[in-house]
Amino acid sequence: MAVELACPVPLPAGGRILLAHGGGGRLTRDLVERLFVPAFRNDALAALHDSAVLDVPASRLAFTTDSFVVRPVFFPGGDVGTLAVNGTVNDLAMSGARPLYLSLGFILEEGLAVDDLARVVASVQRAAREADVVVVAGDTKVVERGKGDGIYITSSGIGAVIAPRPVTPAAVRPGDVVIVSGPIGQHGVAVMAVRDGLKFSSPILSDCASVAAPVLALLEAGLDVHCLRDPTRGGVATVLNEIATQAGCGIAIHESAVPVGDDVAGACEVLGLDPLYVACEGRFLAFVAAADAEAALALLGARAETARAARIGTVRAEEPGLVTLKTMAGGERVLDLLSGEQLPRIC
Amino acid sequence: MKYLDEYRDRKQAEACARMIAAVTTRPWSIMEICGGQTHAIVRYGIDELLPEKLTLLHGPGCPVCVTPVGILDRAFRIARRPGVVFTSFGDMLRVPGSSDDLLHVRAEGGDVRVVYSPLDAVAIAEREPDREVVFFAVGFETTAPANAMAVQLAAQKKLRNFSLLVAQVRVPPALEAILAEPGCRVQAFLAAGHVCTVMGTGEYQPLVDRHHVPVVVTGFEPLDLLQGVAMALRQLEDGRSEVEIQYARVVRPEGNPAARRAIEDVFEVTDRTWRGLGPIPHSGLGLNARYAAFDAEQRFPDAAPEALEDPACQAGLVLQGRLRPQECPAFGGRCTPEHPLGAPMVSSEGACAAYWLYRRRRAAQVA
Repeated sequence: MAVELACPVPLPAGGRILLAHGGGGRLTRDLVERLFVPAFRNDALAALHDSAVLDVPASRLAFTTDSFVVRPVFFPGGDVGTLAVNGTVNDLAMSGARPLYLSLGFILEEGLAVDDLARVVASVQRAAREADVVVVAGDTKVVERGKGDGIYITSSGIGAVIAPRPVTPAAVRPGDVVIVSGPIGQHGVAVMAVRDGLKFSSPILSDCASVAAPVLALLEAGLDVHCLRDPTRGGVATVLNEIATQAGCGIAIHESAVPVGDDVAGACEVLGLDPLYVACEGRFLAFVAAADAEAALALLGARAETARAARIGTVRAEEPGLVTLKTMAGGERVLDLLSGEQLPRIC
Repeated sequence: MKYLDEYRDRKQAEACARMIAAVTTRPWSIMEICGGQTHAIVRYGIDELLPEKLTLLHGPGCPVCVTPVGILDRAFRIARRPGVVFTSFGDMLRVPGSSDDLLHVRAEGGDVRVVYSPLDAVAIAEREPDREVVFFAVGFETTAPANAMAVQLAAQKKLRNFSLLVAQVRVPPALEAILAEPGCRVQAFLAAGHVCTVMGTGEYQPLVDRHHVPVVVTGFEPLDLLQGVAMALRQLEDGRSEVEIQYARVVRPEGNPAARRAIEDVFEVTDRTWRGLGPIPHSGLGLNARYAAFDAEQRFPDAAPEALEDPACQAGLVLQGRLRPQECPAFGGRCTPEHPLGAPMVSSEGACAAYWLYRRRRAAQVA
């Protein structure tokens, strides 16, 4: 499918989204034809039909959906648009699939600046280009002022599975090596910092990015990857617990091996947060057969976006469902699920 | 990371633990006072590095845990009032009162906001002059200076819509109460480094003189804690009882004079009830007469009867180091972080939360 990318033609600058932009009439058509279609120009979308008709090069498809409600809409290193693309692209990659097509549903709040919407659409366009996916379907609704947080986006995606065997928690085996693709916790800290007006001497940028390329490289190299998971909400600790439970294995992690940037470590220290529970939006965990672990690390280490990938632990047969952490000081503890979100502490 | 990694170094921790094992000749019980220390001990497995003869008892130093149910219920009633913005540090939001918590108050429509500093609450009061902004002033001597500053600032700006709901507590009277309890097992204290950063060490000398109990002002990193244990242990083995400072990179004997002046300007010593421990004379701070106009209890008078604690909650014994969290019959059964009976299960400094989070070996949960 031919993909022609063009800059969106802005609607009248300084304008606001009105309820009528979602009403199906002239304003809706303006929004679609002047903002969305130029940004995502492709054959499937250009038809402006009730659904996109797609060419699919594979017999096994991955299909996923996710909603993005980040506040604020813009944060250092990204916005709700980059999240909506990368979140869904990454979910497809985690099933061992090459992301192909996205659909996006926009829920806009009445009064939203059209310029802000155009900025988000430009981010979607850029992120889609970087992740090599095509936006083939979309929808826009407008809710009354006060009934939404500016922009919500729901994105669904289709990918072609290229992994020869299912990449799932059920494939995880004792002895597998746990690899994280880079320093953790950047997205959660970046969003918290802007949301709560925390000022750091240099802003912490979200890690929001597609991880499809390094994941596809691992699979195309024929490495024995058993499971992949992106540590978004709840962070690395939550994902490890989910997989330990689903795989019926124990997982032992070495705290000192987990890469954490100094800026994130410092911010977490001040706020009383544990980076292991802070969200990432451009990282993945790979469970790789022990025999292929070194090759996987070498492959990831040679790529710029995963240069700081690290081996952080191993899967074991003992204590199924339990994640244990060897602490920096030499003790051992359980790394459990949190009961809710982490809350900054008193002192 | 600088200033962190060197205090978490595994080789040094192991060397310190070996030294402790070498000088321990008989059983001793040492209490770490601060909940932050408890969490570091359980989280990094410091107690597992120590010889069996040494027992660490977990102390009452969790401000969230000792805030009485009565004040929490009162906070919820204030937060539910229309026109009120109720501001708090994050970890008060999950703490149960007699039947509720602030997260539920917020879900039901109360304007409850997390702030990182009481000064943020003052800024909200300035920005939203039509709303009554209340800050939940919880904490030990550590949080008192910033809370005092917030009141001073609000007074300077002549803000009439800012007030504090004060549940401020002091460490030394609580130690006195623990030592006075019959059957007290505490033989030495690791005092809370950050409290002493503000207050200095002068308040602890009378306690040491009266009870002949070593007090070592200790930090919060693994090596701080091991060194604090080693210093307390040497005093015990030598038959000495003194106030010593392990956390010397931060704590001065005289404390922080500017912070102490702010506290003295705004607050006065009062009697306070501690959740789980009961009333302790002189153990709290309240706004003094000059700043009474900033007292939320006076601004929102309320004669609701004091609710009772769930009798199944043994938090009082846990807070005095007389019961280990996992020895409580309710631990993990009737009491979990999702359905807590008492505050130690949900506070980020609570001992029950530390054991739940870091020590619970779940039996196979796999279907």
